[in-house]
Amino acid sequence: MLLVLGRRLANVIPTLVAVIALVFLLFSVLPGSFISGMGEDGRTTIDPAVMERMRKEMGLDDPLPQRFAQYLMHTVTGDLGKSFRTREPVTTLIGQRVWPSLKLVFAAMSFAILVGVTLGFLAALRPGSLVDTVSMVFAISGLSLSQFWFGLMLMYLFALKLQWLPSFGYGDGGLTHLILPAIALGVGPMALLARTTRAAVLDVLNADFVRTARSKGMSERRVVTWHVLRNALVLVVTIVGLQFGSLMGAAVVVEKLFAWPGVGSLLVDSVFQRDMPAVQGCILMIVLFFLAINTLVDIAYVVIDPRIRYGR
Amino acid sequence: MRPLKLPRLKLSGGTSLWIGGGLVALAIAVAIAAPLIARTDPVMDANLMNAEIPPGLDFPFGTDAQGRDIYSRIVYGARISLTVGVVSQILNSLIGVTLGLTAGYWGGWWDDVVTGLTNLMLAIPSLIFALAIMAILGPGLVSLVIALGLTAWSYSCRVARAQVLSLKGQGYIQAARILGYGDLRIMFTQILPNILGPLIVIATLGMGGAILSEAALSFLGLGIRPPFPSWGSMLSEARDQITTAPWLSVFPGLAIFFTVLGLNLMGDGLRDILDPQSTTRRT
Repeated sequence: MLLVLGRRLANVIPTLVAVIALVFLLFSVLPGSFISGMGEDGRTTIDPAVMERMRKEMGLDDPLPQRFAQYLMHTVTGDLGKSFRTREPVTTLIGQRVWPSLKLVFAAMSFAILVGVTLGFLAALRPGSLVDTVSMVFAISGLSLSQFWFGLMLMYLFALKLQWLPSFGYGDGGLTHLILPAIALGVGPMALLARTTRAAVLDVLNADFVRTARSKGMSERRVVTWHVLRNALVLVVTIVGLQFGSLMGAAVVVEKLFAWPGVGSLLVDSVFQRDMPAVQGCILMIVLFFLAINTLVDIAYVVIDPRIRYGR
Repeated sequence: MRPLKLPRLKLSGGTSLWIGGGLVALAIAVAIAAPLIARTDPVMDANLMNAEIPPGLDFPFGTDAQGRDIYSRIVYGARISLTVGVVSQILNSLIGVTLGLTAGYWGGWWDDVVTGLTNLMLAIPSLIFALAIMAILGPGLVSLVIALGLTAWSYSCRVARAQVLSLKGQGYIQAARILGYGDLRIMFTQILPNILGPLIVIATLGMGGAILSEAALSFLGLGIRPPFPSWGSMLSEARDQITTAPWLSVFPGLAIFFTVLGLNLMGDGLRDILDPQSTTRRT
């Protein structure tokens, strides 16, 4: 267990450094992105002398490796710089947004797992049946939706027409504000999970060990819950881990649509205000979270699938 | 004991390929014929006398706050969405396939570099990456194509690399090498045609993904800016009028939905034909 964890961490750290380097290159080195960009958008004019002073202050004239070493040191120690807009440390800004984002992402994923796995499972138990056809049509439709449009339609129907739920905002952080954005965000992974679960369960249903279990007289219910579900779960966990990435991408748009005070809407607002330290901070935060999730998924494998624990 | 027969094919192969292909063909036809079938100019024909008319006989999809015909705007929007989808996916495929082929074939340090790059790409959610690039390049069609075309190649790269590794040791590759074929010639004329199937499937599904990303970025105001009619930018204008004019949101969303559905169904259908190893074949 510790060995797996150690090996995994050894893989994550280089990736993380590479991500930091990439973000640094994108935002600090490319021309027209930082100070120079401030004068170029036509809305503001900056005195060249002021720009020169700012370049000095921000160390933009130092050699590149030195700048990157500094940036890396700051980032690793949790100093993401100060926001151009509010002059607050970026970590404080992001800190206020993390909890709502986490709530939304996990609520969406729970919805996706609950509905997706159930649909896929029911479909696989009766292949070719009406249940199967309906769930698979449902699934391919879910994959083809744009999540924010689906959210807009949900908002119109349930908030504006039926007035069952609040249309946007965070409210007091209660469940009612969470439902619509979570469903809008969860529909994509839900659809993918339904399809994957169905394929995985069908695969396992035809495996030798299931035939053995049946032939030794195990009841069908026990076969399904004990052998089939557990084995299909390995694939489902993989998909859940990978889907977190696209989920967090989509979360940016859904957060913006529902005026949800998360990291995603901070990212979009910062892009429009050209608040580059905040933009960088949000992107690093999102990548860090995604890497953490996938590390957890790798650990989950070891728990679910004994073959990984004992083999190499 | 239940008989161990394979489940019957349902909504796959033929059916989904035909339905999907039909939807995609329709979208392409609309995009090409836009000037012929649009009723008005999508940008210039604003008429405040006609503002916010619900769908009806005069305006099949209604009009927006400036009195522009939504139907005509959607017809022209097909051009932008399909252009972004196709061109950015071609970019992704070119990058992914070239990197994957060379990495798998040459191995060594180049393989390590490409694998590292792929892992890096997989660590950053692609929409976030595209958003970062848009933040630097600024809105517009060209930056959109670049942003989406540089950020979604990791999947085709991994598949191409894995396929090359499994083909590399085969007799006909060695024969080609003995005949004195250069590495690049072997990769692109001997290996690529044999692994094209799964790559075409990935490209088809990727186009749908690119269209969804275009819509998302334009909705945020980072992609195509109003007044130009992309389906995403139409939705971004429509959002504020959802209470008074919901049809503004409904129709562009449906256009996105049916186009992407078509591409996804087509991808599924192609997979059944072109990619015999895939697991969905059995389902």
